[in-house]
Amino acid sequence: MNLATQGFLGEYFLGMTMAQATLVENVAMGWGHVLSQQLITGVSNGMIIALIAIGYTMVYGIIELINFAHGDLCTLGSFLALTLVGALGMEAWAGLGGTAAVVTLLISAALFCAVLNWSIDRVAYRPLRGKPKLALLVSAIGCSFILINIALFWGGLPMEVFGGGKAAAAPKDFPSLISNENLLGAHSAITVTWRDLFVVMVTIPLMIGLTWLVKSTRLGKAMRAVAQNPTAAALMGIDVNRVIGSTFLIGGALGGFASVIYALYNNTISFQMGYRTGMDAFTAAVLGGIGSLPGAVVGGIVIGLVRALSDGYIEARWTNSVVFAILILTLVFRPSGILGAKLREKV
Amino acid sequence: MSATPVWKKFMRIDVALLILACLLALVNRRLGLEMVDPMRGVMVFAILALGLNIVTGFTGLLHLGMAAFMAIGAYAFAISSCDIYPFQLGFWWGILFTAIVGAFAGVLLGAPTLGLRGDYLAIVTLGFGEITQDVLKNMDVITKGTQGINPLPAPYVPWWSDGGLIIFEFASDQELPWYWLFLGFVVVAVVVCRNLERSRTGRSWLAVREDQLAAQCMGMAPVPVKMIAFATGAALAAVAGGLWASMYSSTGEPGNYDFQISILALCIVIVGGMGSINGVLVGSIAMIGIANIALPKIAGAMQNAGWIVSGSVFGSPNNWKYLVFGLVLVLMMRFRPDGLLPAKLSLVSAKKKNQVESTP
Repeated sequence: MNLATQGFLGEYFLGMTMAQATLVENVAMGWGHVLSQQLITGVSNGMIIALIAIGYTMVYGIIELINFAHGDLCTLGSFLALTLVGALGMEAWAGLGGTAAVVTLLISAALFCAVLNWSIDRVAYRPLRGKPKLALLVSAIGCSFILINIALFWGGLPMEVFGGGKAAAAPKDFPSLISNENLLGAHSAITVTWRDLFVVMVTIPLMIGLTWLVKSTRLGKAMRAVAQNPTAAALMGIDVNRVIGSTFLIGGALGGFASVIYALYNNTISFQMGYRTGMDAFTAAVLGGIGSLPGAVVGGIVIGLVRALSDGYIEARWTNSVVFAILILTLVFRPSGILGAKLREKV
Repeated sequence: MSATPVWKKFMRIDVALLILACLLALVNRRLGLEMVDPMRGVMVFAILALGLNIVTGFTGLLHLGMAAFMAIGAYAFAISSCDIYPFQLGFWWGILFTAIVGAFAGVLLGAPTLGLRGDYLAIVTLGFGEITQDVLKNMDVITKGTQGINPLPAPYVPWWSDGGLIIFEFASDQELPWYWLFLGFVVVAVVVCRNLERSRTGRSWLAVREDQLAAQCMGMAPVPVKMIAFATGAALAAVAGGLWASMYSSTGEPGNYDFQISILALCIVIVGGMGSINGVLVGSIAMIGIANIALPKIAGAMQNAGWIVSGSVFGSPNNWKYLVFGLVLVLMMRFRPDGLLPAKLSLVSAKKKNQVESTP
């Protein structure tokens, strides 16, 4: 049972037996079970949002840019993954092959997104360093639009998995390479699947690795120095452009991982999904305190939970508005976020 | 300094564009140009972009939710004038009401948020745009959800017909009356913007844009100044929305007023030159010309030449819009941040002197 069947679709497909059974089951389960189910879904989705949010928060921390293109970068990551699935026939890889398929997808999407993110910085952002921040933001919006259009064209590939070149704009089905079987037994009231575990098993090591990188390596030290004061960092002999470039590489790689996890978890991707996911992730970054890595993780999980609860208890059609309302309220009343340090406007 | 000759005063880009627009209407049918219909879109977007120009160009606040005010305008016009609602104000009172509602919505958004710094304000306006779409879509009791509200009343003007004065109501298939009406609206909007720019309010907008701290030291309160800019810009955008809805006799679905429209307006202002009214006019001709006139023509020509298959992704001109808008934004920021017709005091070059801004 995923997010969709619980809220939105659950209401509209009342006539269908499957959904009916689910609904009856929900009622029989009682509100406690429904709630715990939503919490599980919420945390899984929240982890994905957190991974993307880290990309936003790292870039913001270092050059004060809301990297608008980050969400759409993840879209391209998912499209690459789907292309690989189709080209290598991964749906047929069984057993250990399935694991190999997932690992291949994760690594290739991460590499792809890292390089792409670095190139975007090199081409579109780096020439604008030292210019007003709004020029940079406008350029980032432009990059986002270019990536959306690339994804749209990509969706028109004449491959089986892409619907054979028909309806490029339509959402694409992502084959479920990870089993959706309930680990607690088929009759258990609460569903925990391999997918939920997979999300947690991939994201937590990545976050630990990132924390180590930022806290304990030379590069991480340089990143923190540049974030604090680029001029002083440059005077101390740090190659600021290289450090910023590596930030984009790392953020892009995490976005690439997130894109594959997203596709495997939700089983559907579309060329515009980066905009919504990106806004969720950005909201998470702001909520947690932009510039703060633990903040991004906490914010991501909170937003994941809010989405799941809003789907379940308000209505799915209002969920996006709820997230945007959180974003606006946070910015207006507590721009430093939950975990962020008290920000001082740099004059 | 010698006095400017009278004829030179009229050697202006906006006057030239006005004359061209009048000529176009006269020769359109004779030459078979079929330009009147797309030009109406250009003019509606020019009004929208003039509104954005006040907020982003004059006052220096990046606004990413202009489409929301256009939507609010369209729905305000529809609700105040459509038969199925009790108000039925008719076109002119409806448009007036629309402008007032737009200004009010601008104040509503601005009041809590205008204290925010630049990039945060941009994100808040973006969020406002998304929420507005959702609210219009979901409050289907009032807004009819995705169907949109229709039919909407057409404009009417007193007209001298043979025999006497009549009330002439526009029909949806007549292009020229609409063209002249919209041209009139653009002229009024340009005159209003020009006068505002030179007024006390306009000068305080520029002052806040150039250096908020200095403006504050001179006794200006930045938030009310920005608020007036927000309200005026929103009112213009709402009028654009009302005109648009009236032309199609329907508000269309709320999803039409999406982020792409806001970015299109931003592209117009950036291509033209932030803070330059002539720039906005040229920018709207360029951008809408590319998006609605050139792209379909190019796609058609390429299909005729057999370069692209008609059913493929590349065949539909709509599929190129994101790419065009994106490239415009990136390339303009990189190579010509002041736009094609830079304003005398421009946002970007003025900030260049203030390098303090970018270093802590």
